[in-house]
Amino acid sequence: MVDLSTRYMGLPLEHPLVASAGPLTKELDGIKRLEDGGAAAIVMFSLFEEQIRHEAAAAEHLSEVGSESFAESLSYFPSIGGFQVGPERYLELVRRARESVGVPIIASLNGSSDDGWVEYARLLCQAGAAAIELNVYFVPADPSLTGANVEQRYLDILGAVRSEVPVPVAIKLGPFFSSFANMAKRLDDAGADGLVLFNRFYQPDFDLERREVVPALELSTPREARLPLLWLGVLHGQLRASLAASTGVESPVEVVKYLLAGADVVMTTSSLLRHGAGHLAELRAGLETWLSAHDYASVAQARGSMSHRKVSDPTAFERGNYVRALESYDSRRPSR
Amino acid sequence: MIDAGEVARRAGLGGRTNTIMQTCFFAISGVLPREAALAKIRGAIEKSYAVKGREVVRKNFEAVDLTLSSLARVPVPEAVTSRRYRLPLVGDHAPPFVREVTARMMAGRGDELPVSAFPVDGTYPSGTARWEKRGISRVVPVWEPDVCIQCGNCSLVCPHAVIRAKFYPDKRLEGAPAPWKSAPIDARGFPEIRYSLQVYVDDCTGCALCVEVCPARDKQDSSRRAINMAAKDPVVAAERENIQFFESLPWNDRSRVDFSTVRGAQFLEPLFEFSGACAGCGETPYLKLASQLFGDRMVTANATGCSSIYGGNLPTTPWAKNAAGRGPAWSNSLFEDNAEFGLGLRLAADAHLEQARGLALELQDLIGRELVAEILGAKQRLESELRAQRARVDELKKRLTARAGPRPLALLSVADHLVRRSVWIVGGDGWAYDIGAGGLDHVLASGRDVNVLVLDTEVYSNTGGQASKATPLAAVAKFSAGGKSTGKKDLALQAISYGDVYVARVAFGANPQQTLLALREAEAYPGPSLVIAYSHCIAHGINMQHGLSQQSLAVSSGYWPLLRYNPAARASGENPFSLDSGAPRTRFREYAYNELRYRMLQQASPTHAEELMKRAEEAVTRRWATYAEMAGRGG
Repeated sequence: MVDLSTRYMGLPLEHPLVASAGPLTKELDGIKRLEDGGAAAIVMFSLFEEQIRHEAAAAEHLSEVGSESFAESLSYFPSIGGFQVGPERYLELVRRARESVGVPIIASLNGSSDDGWVEYARLLCQAGAAAIELNVYFVPADPSLTGANVEQRYLDILGAVRSEVPVPVAIKLGPFFSSFANMAKRLDDAGADGLVLFNRFYQPDFDLERREVVPALELSTPREARLPLLWLGVLHGQLRASLAASTGVESPVEVVKYLLAGADVVMTTSSLLRHGAGHLAELRAGLETWLSAHDYASVAQARGSMSHRKVSDPTAFERGNYVRALESYDSRRPSR
Repeated sequence: MIDAGEVARRAGLGGRTNTIMQTCFFAISGVLPREAALAKIRGAIEKSYAVKGREVVRKNFEAVDLTLSSLARVPVPEAVTSRRYRLPLVGDHAPPFVREVTARMMAGRGDELPVSAFPVDGTYPSGTARWEKRGISRVVPVWEPDVCIQCGNCSLVCPHAVIRAKFYPDKRLEGAPAPWKSAPIDARGFPEIRYSLQVYVDDCTGCALCVEVCPARDKQDSSRRAINMAAKDPVVAAERENIQFFESLPWNDRSRVDFSTVRGAQFLEPLFEFSGACAGCGETPYLKLASQLFGDRMVTANATGCSSIYGGNLPTTPWAKNAAGRGPAWSNSLFEDNAEFGLGLRLAADAHLEQARGLALELQDLIGRELVAEILGAKQRLESELRAQRARVDELKKRLTARAGPRPLALLSVADHLVRRSVWIVGGDGWAYDIGAGGLDHVLASGRDVNVLVLDTEVYSNTGGQASKATPLAAVAKFSAGGKSTGKKDLALQAISYGDVYVARVAFGANPQQTLLALREAEAYPGPSLVIAYSHCIAHGINMQHGLSQQSLAVSSGYWPLLRYNPAARASGENPFSLDSGAPRTRFREYAYNELRYRMLQQASPTHAEELMKRAEEAVTRRWATYAEMAGRGG
């Protein structure tokens, strides 16, 4: 019997498979299905401050349009008890999830204002979130913004939330920093309890007929696991914070790879959207089978065993790997 | 002084300025100590808006702070030095009735008018909304001739007939003002013809539907369309000049216009214009289109509801007339008898026609046998045939005027009925599905040549969004605050069951060409016709700028299948029922949850909302199967 237990930001988990923020967590039924499917912890879908503000403004505006403007009608919508557009519904879902499932509920927050990050994080704690994941989705499109400015923004957000909430705080990042390892270290120093690698920046597409920019959302594939794999391997053992692998999990293969690179937990949403919440049990069984077949007694024993520090050729993680990759690609090309 | 609108916008309050004005009052009036008053205002905000959520409370708090920092003291000068004056309520060139009666009522001085100022026979002049020039929008559409493909979509969807198109010989450009815009007409073989689109900027409500529907993009800047919203102030003077020139160009000859295309129909003069309907209204484009197609011989019975309010909103009416003085005759009866009222108009027109035909035969030796034979035997379906008949009737009237005696005079009084009347019975769903349903059913069963247009907003819009039998399952409405738990009545199927009623379901935002076709077929059909028109509405809880995309989603989800049932098709062995939209390709909820009327329930009571939503989706699937089966039948 392999010991699959792990710890994530100090939270003891039965095994390392965590359901990451996604649409399955939008309803209590979905959250329960994820627990039944075997999630060791559940990250809720992101609470977007900007979206809430926008929706609240829109709902207020739309329900008031035409009000007190016409002689025969003072309003156009009924007054409905319980109708509020704000974080209340999300907070209520956190509360109900906390009461209904046994695994830790991690709330995910995407703020848009300095006050918003802190205020919403505090509300999420009060609602019963076991931890908070800061989903810093930010595209620095302003050319006057320097890399240092961007990095400081991440640190400021983390610092502000960290000092205000008693529960662990993770930060979910994109890979686009000049020196990612340094950034990770600074976040670790600033008090991050966990780093989630990586946030996928959804890149918009063009509709050529309408000549409009359209949102494009595709589920992640195992090919996308390589970038997190690299940085998990590099960071393992160098930080106090826990490491979570996210992106590209489809089968037990990616789970094992991430753990060997040094992840404390492995998160997935895309595979659950493809195969259903029950897929978690298959991932877990596959992980156990692999560990057992390779004589590992526990996840702890395997974790980081192929990290930057442990592999026989550390350059595999650095430039050497790049050169080798080019050489191997070159050797596949047909000769002329 | 404060720019309350701007403060409201910055605070995210939209157009609501109540918190701002209240703060101003207590900040400067001295009624209460300032700080105490402000504390009470904040307390009142907390109390009033807590139920709407913390974001609404927060925005109102912000509005208080912004108000205090935006209040500016204006010293009152010793003498007035401004050179800007208010424009007169109506222009000097307005007709005498508008200047003497309408304008005084617009100024709120109607009580001063003597009874003798009003028409003695109960009729009222039409075409008066054009004198109001409300100027309510700070942004207006600006046309870009170099990008435009002259499709006519912007003009079609404009709820207030603010965008109009004409074509004309290029030699007319000689008298054009400097800012005048034009482009070569996009048609082969007419190099000397120019095309112009004119925006009536003072009548625009700023809804931006025209921009939403515009398919053309600048090749080098895809954000620039052929029509774009821009600040009104910089363009208003030039556009007023352009409007004068535009009005000096004659409307295009109806016999040279292709009625069968959206583009062609937009060269027809709208005889429904500048109404007081909401910005972005989903009803008025249908009325405007009908007025373009049939307006100069249209008689309308209008049920009570939004369309009766913006249709006859004393002191003005948007129903207008052309240069020959012809336009729709319009009247509003009651909620409960409008269909019967319209049938009465039909019967009266028929009786007058019979009278005219009898008198014409009786007087044919006096008038001329050939002319009478031509008049009585004339076909009047095509525009060219109607035009020829109108010329014959004009000739008849000329000959009658030259003759004395009671019989010629009697024929003269009814001679206009020899041109085919187009009788329209118009109203909303509150009338057609509910209060006037019995009457409508009788009229549809009468076999008479009437055209019924139901502007279906799915609630009683005018009185504030009460549920009707047109309100869909799962939507919230007044009297149905827990979400409507029964389905929408299928008025189309009810009417189709008679077998001899022309029936169409249309949505101009989804398929304007089908709307045009259905209106023309309905009018041409020599029996009762029913056109049920999807009308987006403020009571749906949408940004009205997106009304057209909501119409498209309603159709693509199968919620609002476009259909036509034309009994005339049976004569040629064809299936009278045709489905004009494809099988559902989006989910009903993708359409529904863009609207507050559905989303409110989802927020307030998610489990119940989901139950209703599932039932609604099943109902959409079931009904589509029924329609698909009907469309697949043989003739």
